Amino acid sequence: MHDVVIIGGGPAGLAAGIYAARGGLKTLLCEGKILGGQIVLSFEVENYPGFPQGISGMELIENFTKQAEKFGVETSYEGVTCINDERECKSVTLTNGSCIKTKTIIIAAGASANKLGCPGEKKFTGKGVSYCATCDGAFFRNKTVAVVGGGDSAIEEALYLTNLVKKVYIIHRRDQLRAIKILQDRAMQNDKIEFIFNHTVKEIQGDKFVNGLMLENTKTKELTRLSVDGVFIYVGTTPNTEFVKDLIKLDEEGYIITDEKMETNVEGIFAAGDIRSTPLRQVITAASDGAIAASSAQKYIEAKF
Amino acid sequence: MAEIQLTENNWEEEVLNSDIPVLVDFWAPWCGPCRMVAPIVSEIAEEYAGKLKVGKLNTDEESGIAVRYGIMSIPTLMIFKNGEVADQIVGAVPKEYFVQKLEQIL
Repeated sequence: MHDVVIIGGGPAGLAAGIYAARGGLKTLLCEGKILGGQIVLSFEVENYPGFPQGISGMELIENFTKQAEKFGVETSYEGVTCINDERECKSVTLTNGSCIKTKTIIIAAGASANKLGCPGEKKFTGKGVSYCATCDGAFFRNKTVAVVGGGDSAIEEALYLTNLVKKVYIIHRRDQLRAIKILQDRAMQNDKIEFIFNHTVKEIQGDKFVNGLMLENTKTKELTRLSVDGVFIYVGTTPNTEFVKDLIKLDEEGYIITDEKMETNVEGIFAAGDIRSTPLRQVITAASDGAIAASSAQKYIEAKF
Repeated sequence: MAEIQLTENNWEEEVLNSDIPVLVDFWAPWCGPCRMVAPIVSEIAEEYAGKLKVGKLNTDEESGIAVRYGIMSIPTLMIFKNGEVADQIVGAVPKEYFVQKLEQIL
């Protein structure tokens, strides 16, 4: 039996892995998609302490991963389809059908980027529709692109794109941005960025590749067409809690509710990172959650077994 | 079987004229998800050795091929059968999704 199974390999899961394995727990980390989570999409992380010059999301995660491996965290690329609680014997079911028995579980499955859900989005994914400016920006050198969204991610990525493309339109459904002020100021001062407020994307158009967007004014409902070669979508995230919702208590937005020990409503099952009901979702808070969850799992094991 | 580094020089021989299907991983060094999906691609190369050839194409160094195949998002994984694109996967996806797609084609 494992001491702890960690579900998710982003900053929260990897930090939990480092603390659990270093603490001597037999630790399995399951990541059904890619190690690193959302942060690997970031060109630069400016606010993670210890890296005054900034560090790319990918480099940061490669360091997290190396550190987890060093302490003996076992990694599986199978996703988790469900978790079960039979008091002292819990289990997780993997996508390949196997069932892993464990004393504790740390749910760190994060959140996934929302889709716009408009016509053309799916059809043109990989053909001008992108969710990762760092990955795909280079294919739009000297072209015109749109970024949809008004949060930190949207503005950070729009700023990154200005290094490569001719022009960036930022399309936001409200009349002001939600991003922090330092990012807003940088974007306002950038000559390559033009804001289109109070508009939503009704349709992504093109033939073989994207060639334009149909925009709707949220007030007048007037439709206009904007010619662009690509569109980068940053319209928030949704927690990946579908597979635990029958067992674990969630808040009204679907995030997992925990106490200050990161314990959920089920004894011995903990949650950490973006999946948790929390006021701030950053690499540093995810890593912090992971450390607390692992330490709490260890204490739980010491008390119960 | 190890992955083959694909270039303009060996593309025709290794991909278009291959006797067995070829999975081509279009990637670049600065693409985080590409680096993270690499271990999954390696596992597939091992598990399907003999039945499937797996190649890596760096879109920075071999932009000609990337443009010819309309790559605008990476990672993109294309499955070639008899020299033609039989299927493609855009973005980092779970391993079982790769396996499903491959099972349909192999």
